Amino acid sequence: MENGLIVTKIKDGTVIDHIPAGRALAVLKILGIKGNEGNRVALVMNVDSHRIGKKDIVKIEERVINNVESELITLIAPNATINIIRNYEVAEKRKLRIPDIVVGILKCQNPLCITNNDPEGISKFSSVSKVPIVLKCDYCDTELTEDDVLRQILS
Amino acid sequence: MEDVISAYDFSRDQYLEIFSLADEILKGRKIKMKEKIIAEAFFEPSTRTALSFSAAAQRLGMNVIGFSSQEGTSVVKGENLADTIRMMENYSDCIVIRHKFDGAAKFAAEVSSKPVINAGDGKHEHPTQTLVDLYTIFKTFNTIDGLNFGLIGDLRYARTVNSLLRGLTRFKPKSVYLISPPPLKARKEILRELNYEYVELNSPYDVLHDLDVVYVTRIQKERFPDEVEYEKVKESYTIDEKIVNSMRKGSIILHPLPRVNEIDRKIDVSPHAKYFYQASLAVPIRQALFVKILGE
Repeated sequence: MENGLIVTKIKDGTVIDHIPAGRALAVLKILGIKGNEGNRVALVMNVDSHRIGKKDIVKIEERVINNVESELITLIAPNATINIIRNYEVAEKRKLRIPDIVVGILKCQNPLCITNNDPEGISKFSSVSKVPIVLKCDYCDTELTEDDVLRQILS
Repeated sequence: MEDVISAYDFSRDQYLEIFSLADEILKGRKIKMKEKIIAEAFFEPSTRTALSFSAAAQRLGMNVIGFSSQEGTSVVKGENLADTIRMMENYSDCIVIRHKFDGAAKFAAEVSSKPVINAGDGKHEHPTQTLVDLYTIFKTFNTIDGLNFGLIGDLRYARTVNSLLRGLTRFKPKSVYLISPPPLKARKEILRELNYEYVELNSPYDVLHDLDVVYVTRIQKERFPDEVEYEKVKESYTIDEKIVNSMRKGSIILHPLPRVNEIDRKIDVSPHAKYFYQASLAVPIRQALFVKILGE
């Protein structure tokens, strides 16, 4: 591993690479990993990357992350790669792309949006820009930036 | 045509078809839709919009049910919007909704299998006011393309402005000037998607002589997050004789109404003042809309 940091290969699980430096903790938050689940988790932060300068890496044993989790990760780590590992080999390379529509995961920042005011309201955002990420509420047109998304995930 | 939630819901051709049908209605064409029932769900106050929708429905021979405030409805008992809409769709052929929350009309349309017309949702949109606005302009100039527009006032919280800006994307305005005090500038989310050039200004004086349409809005006191912010900008602009004297011949002043002090009442007799004429067109244009949605 780069910079001499040694993290051993995992047998089964998920490796998330090319996370922007400093956002590995947010990735763990998206995945609901608090540390008491019993999975072995390796977290590497601020290592050099040819592609993005500095990066974070997360390795989780005995857990295959699902597509919804993958989509959420792209919102804060658009260039991340997700590899599913089986018996020490890469069994699946997840093709990540920022979703066109994000339903029910994020909250509209407009307190007067109907989605925040009716018990049946479900938030829905469409991506209007992928670089930088801008999501727009389908109901009230209020926008969320990548920072807003990150703030929501970390809050 | 199904739901009308945004000014984007009309194509250019649909705008022109509705104008044409409204013209026929004004010339005396009688259309009767006696079996239909319109449900008006006005959770927020309204004078012109509610009355003109009612008058339009009644002129078409339709029955109107509904409420003009949530007092007296089960909403005060805690019923949510979705359940209220489910009831109204059972009792009617079309629901006209006004609500204080942004996006409420779209939400209602997702719940209802009957067509929903947005009569104003929070600070978001008011597409049928845009029908009235554009119809008034079309009747005055016989075109919307090639005209110079000046939108003056509260461009941030006025839903009529969002809808008008979106409605203009279906035409080819020559230039659009957005004139407001800095805290009341138009929302960037709306501006970003426009397909025509616009210029943001703090004062109208440099462009008044170029404008064909001066569209004035009230400062939307009820939408301000706090009173202090409102106090900073209230009465920050008034259309007075000095402004009107700088306007070109044949140009018009529109206002979705109600007004407070943003148009001096002395201006009402000016040949430029078309806002009461504009309000008068609200009935035939909404008749035409009902016909387009529900069929003859």
